[in-house]
Amino acid sequence: MWEYSEKVQDYFFNPKNAGMLEDASGIGEVGAIACGDALKLMIKVDPEDERITDARFQTFGCGSAIASSSALTEIIIGKTLDEALKITNQDIADFLGGLPPEKMHCSVMGYEALRAAVANYRGEVWEDDHEEGALLCKCFGVDEGMIERAVRNNALTTMEQVAYFTKATGSCGTCVEGVETVLERTNAAMVAEGLLDPALAFVAGGAPVVPAHKQRRSPIAPPQPSSSRMTTVQKIRAIEEVLEELRPALRNDGGDCELVDVEENRVMVRMSGACVNCQLAAVTVQGIQGRLAERLGMPVRVIPVTAGQ
Amino acid sequence: MKAVYLDNNATTRVDPAAVAAMLPFFTEQFGNASSMHAFGSDVGAALRKGRQQLQALLGAAFDHEIVFTGGGTESDNTAILSALETQGGRNEIVTTAVEHPAVLALCAWLEKSRGTRVHYIGVDARGRLDIEAYRHALSPRTAIASVMWANNETGTLFPVAMLAELAHEAGALFHTDAVQAVGKIPMNLKDTAIDMLSLSGHKFHGPKGIGALYVRRGVRLRPLIRGGHQERGRRAGTENAPGIIGLGVAAELAKEHIEEENTRVRALRDRLEQGLLQRIGNAFVAGDTENRLPNTSNVAFEFIEGEAILLLLNKAGIAASSGSACTSGSLEPSHVLRAMNVPYTAAHGAIRFSFSRENTDADVDHVLEVMPAIIARLREMSPFWDGKNAVQSGFAPTYA
Ligand SMILES: Cc1ncc(COP(=O)(O)O)c(C=O)c1O
Ligand code: FES
Repeated sequence: MWEYSEKVQDYFFNPKNAGMLEDASGIGEVGAIACGDALKLMIKVDPEDERITDARFQTFGCGSAIASSSALTEIIIGKTLDEALKITNQDIADFLGGLPPEKMHCSVMGYEALRAAVANYRGEVWEDDHEEGALLCKCFGVDEGMIERAVRNNALTTMEQVAYFTKATGSCGTCVEGVETVLERTNAAMVAEGLLDPALAFVAGGAPVVPAHKQRRSPIAPPQPSSSRMTTVQKIRAIEEVLEELRPALRNDGGDCELVDVEENRVMVRMSGACVNCQLAAVTVQGIQGRLAERLGMPVRVIPVTAGQ
Repeated sequence: MKAVYLDNNATTRVDPAAVAAMLPFFTEQFGNASSMHAFGSDVGAALRKGRQQLQALLGAAFDHEIVFTGGGTESDNTAILSALETQGGRNEIVTTAVEHPAVLALCAWLEKSRGTRVHYIGVDARGRLDIEAYRHALSPRTAIASVMWANNETGTLFPVAMLAELAHEAGALFHTDAVQAVGKIPMNLKDTAIDMLSLSGHKFHGPKGIGALYVRRGVRLRPLIRGGHQERGRRAGTENAPGIIGLGVAAELAKEHIEEENTRVRALRDRLEQGLLQRIGNAFVAGDTENRLPNTSNVAFEFIEGEAILLLLNKAGIAASSGSACTSGSLEPSHVLRAMNVPYTAAHGAIRFSFSRENTDADVDHVLEVMPAIIARLREMSPFWDGKNAVQSGFAPTYA
């Protein structure tokens, strides 16, 4: 059982401001059901002084996700939008008397939902409508900006911390390199600005990069000579067969998946429908990867590509 | 409020009779079975009895087919590592995608450190093994097939007797992780082709940290732990006498109660499951309801998350468990539910209730009384639920 502080327990068992807010003036939605948590934050803003007069939340998630959402509403009610935007995920965690490290992403989700709700109120296009490619971690729908903010706000210096705070890299692991680059770049900038001890800054290629739980789960063997040398055409045929078998399950979830390209042991697929909305849940990619490896008799990596790529 | 314990697949209460039998072996009968004096010989006789009690539960042909170990995990590791050494030239493993980490983590390590080829056989939406894929994966390179008898999360039973025969046709050894099956369903190993079987005491009202590996007579075993000659050189180290004696008593009690497990306990499980499905919409059972342990029910509740359910259940005095990501500290839901392609809308909200002979009708009543309100309360807070209905449910329940 997690060691939740009394305040986390209190905000979970007796959440304040749960439920729909009729006539909300700003709504921020982050996360997805596939990722295990999702938060919809609704705020009512007085146009006179841009003060938040009411806030409510709906959350799908664990105890600390619900507590963090509720805490967020309590923190921001009565604040002006500018004041509210100054709070960080750390303020949410502090308000709750701390969160277990593995649960920090709950506070980050609250912080991101607040930014989204304010942007929505102000009529800005929330940057969550990612430019192609800006989405770094497809499994959990995490973009570069979110990683940068989490790294800066919390002085993160390891990949494990980034996974705890944003969930990025926590599933298929294909985003590890990209996330490392952002962490390294952000740490370097923080050192230059005098915000971080250079000795602590992250350097890519140093420490283990894939979270430990990921490594033991991976059903894929490290590259090794394959006994069955298939031609590319044979491979494609086998892959199409596997996708055909998996299609009914995907369609059950309202999605679909199509083969785009094969390069040695890398299989590019395009996900559509619900599979995209749920930011390409780990479940799907891992499932496909496992079946393909089985059928092809060699380790493969399934890489989701976005439309047009 | 009386606590309701429905997490017996995690561990069970040690039966008081087993505790009573163990106690003298901490005090007066503290001897070492290997000693050449009276202190030791009493213990030796007690260990023999424990071995025979376990033999009877398993329906094994000989008592020396039982090797006591430090639990299910050690037994699994011993079986698989031994096969890789004794099956000269064969270096592949066939297992399933839904095994316990005691097998999966070992296999992942073997892949990484030794380049061992491991075939992970998948399951369908009900958790049933893909037998064709299993057959296909077996080859003259297969050292061992290791397939669990009963799944710890869903209770789904695999047809291990038949799978053992298929493995033998390919010249491979067959091992089964029966940690969840032993003591819950009748077995008669001497009538099967199973070569090795793992079990663990604490899953059937025996003590923790004691288990056994059944090794069919004639099957070669390379010990995992080397040292003294205990267990005929197959598992070194002074015997855990109290543990073995407790395990023996637990085995005898399990054998006595196996009928009850499959009638009264099964009926409790079924009443809970049916009651939940009647009272709560957008919920379904995960697992193969036609081939399942009598004590296990895994119910997935859509649009809410398992840890939140467990916290509220715990507050109501009910202990259960969940395959949700949040409870395990990992970021993904259970590998078993993922292998079954359970939709994400439900995978995060799957709750496992696991019974034992100690549960009563009152336990079921209590859960049925509090569960609807817990689910309703969390769904009211969920953005995927509009108060009465799913905001959008694309899920066609093929599990029912
Ligand atoms: C299927 C299965 N195998 C192995 C184990 C591990 O057994 P032990 O805790 O005795 O090492 C468990 C226990 O959780 C289990 O459920
Ligand atoms: S874990 Fe980031 S893309 Fe899959």
